[in-house]
Amino acid sequence: MHLILFLIFAVFCLAGAVNLLLQSHPINSALSLIVVMTSLAVLYLLLGAEFLAAAQVIVYAGAIMVLFTFVVMLLNAGREEQTRGSIAAKTVGFPAVVAILAVLASVILKAQGLGTASLVNGITSTVEVSKVLFTDLLLPFEVTSVLVLIAILGAVALASRGNGDQGRTVSK
Amino acid sequence: MTMLQFILWSLLKVAVVTVVMLIGVAYTVLLERKLVGRIQNRWGPSRVGPFGLLQPLVDGAKSFLKEDLIPDGVYKPLYILAPILSLGCALISIAVVPFGAPNVGPGGVHLFEISDVNIGLLVILGITSIGVYGVALAGWSSNNKYSLLGSLRSSAQLISYELALGLSLVGVVMRSGSFNLRVIVEDQSRLGMLTWNIFGGMQFLAFFIYLIAAYAETNRSPFDLVEAESELAGGYNVEYSSMKFAMFFMAEYANMITVGCVATLLFLGGWTSPFGKLIPEPQNILAHALFPIGWFVLKVFAFLCLYVWVRGTLPRFRYDQLMNFGWRILMPLAILNIIGTSLWLAFRAHM
Repeated sequence: MHLILFLIFAVFCLAGAVNLLLQSHPINSALSLIVVMTSLAVLYLLLGAEFLAAAQVIVYAGAIMVLFTFVVMLLNAGREEQTRGSIAAKTVGFPAVVAILAVLASVILKAQGLGTASLVNGITSTVEVSKVLFTDLLLPFEVTSVLVLIAILGAVALASRGNGDQGRTVSK
Repeated sequence: MTMLQFILWSLLKVAVVTVVMLIGVAYTVLLERKLVGRIQNRWGPSRVGPFGLLQPLVDGAKSFLKEDLIPDGVYKPLYILAPILSLGCALISIAVVPFGAPNVGPGGVHLFEISDVNIGLLVILGITSIGVYGVALAGWSSNNKYSLLGSLRSSAQLISYELALGLSLVGVVMRSGSFNLRVIVEDQSRLGMLTWNIFGGMQFLAFFIYLIAAYAETNRSPFDLVEAESELAGGYNVEYSSMKFAMFFMAEYANMITVGCVATLLFLGGWTSPFGKLIPEPQNILAHALFPIGWFVLKVFAFLCLYVWVRGTLPRFRYDQLMNFGWRILMPLAILNIIGTSLWLAFRAHM
């Protein structure tokens, strides 16, 4: 049952990713990326990480992709122009990509001692995740929160400098 | 139980809950029209059946029979997808809501909820986040300046108040220690009304923040400037007609019902009676199953009446007032609530 679900949602994920590259209108690409994010959330759920699956949907598909969609809508990006492409790039490019993927696959398949990530029946509860997050991984957690704070301050500084004094008058 | 049995039971539950939900949506529209009418000192719809009770049927028939226009310059795939997304997300989130007490029926099936997931509350928040796309894509694909402006304002409002909504629920989760909605309700059932999260759990500030954020999330008064008929000529759904418009309409009321269900489960004790153990449990198995559902429906109904009362009474916010309120007042208050609740819990744990 897990294998069937894995195959279905892995196909959705890959189909969304390929569709993102093949579409000419950016809004279709953004929506395909949303399909990819939600399929990834289901794959996390199949690995037993329920909190991570919910966080993926809420944060990635529900907030970050909304931002992407806003950008596409506001910038009114039209369909991309299809150029003809160079034949040299095609004759060298595709075989090179296949060769690189073959090298990567053989290296990964031959490596020992990598551990397993299998479709499990048990679920890692939120309590266990939070215990690890706030005891063993406390330093990365705090550093990430400082990083997010810096990003927020940077965004506010850029936005207020762009508007000059106009951004201030409305709230009074 | 076997996979086939599980699938059949689930399909049955989904069918029953969807039908009940859609009937609930239709009669919520009638409730609103009658209550707003009484607030404004007039009868609401009263001609069609006794007390206007057949009005939703007639409205449904009218919706089906209207002409379905698709304007020329719209981006068709997203124009058709947007109302489907809106209504779908509104109906999906009822799947994790438990509405009755006895947990297990014949063959190990959960009788009074469609699915019992450990992260039920996070599923509801996630579906709410996805529902923003219905609004955003509707406005953009309509190829109309007013629709685009309305949908952008609405999306900004929705994502701003999602924050206060989520933060206000953290206090409840801290008290119960779980995201599972059934566990949260059972945690409130010790002494009846005194241990409901709003009274004994001291989450009244969280309840009011949740209430206000929920009014903003469902685009209802006083936050309904998106569909402010006098300002934006209808907002994001101005180019929609007939069934697609009805789908947006139904999505709004279905969201109201879901939000009422979540408030009932988290703050008002779900299906537990306010008298707690004072009234002895009925021995008849049918009454034992139906009384909790009755209490649940009563509480959700009270919540919906509150919604309509606020709509009929308060004027609407201006857009900058709305954003100011969401970011600079509600969010800090919700964070204060989290800090207060955690300090209280730490104090209690040390005593």
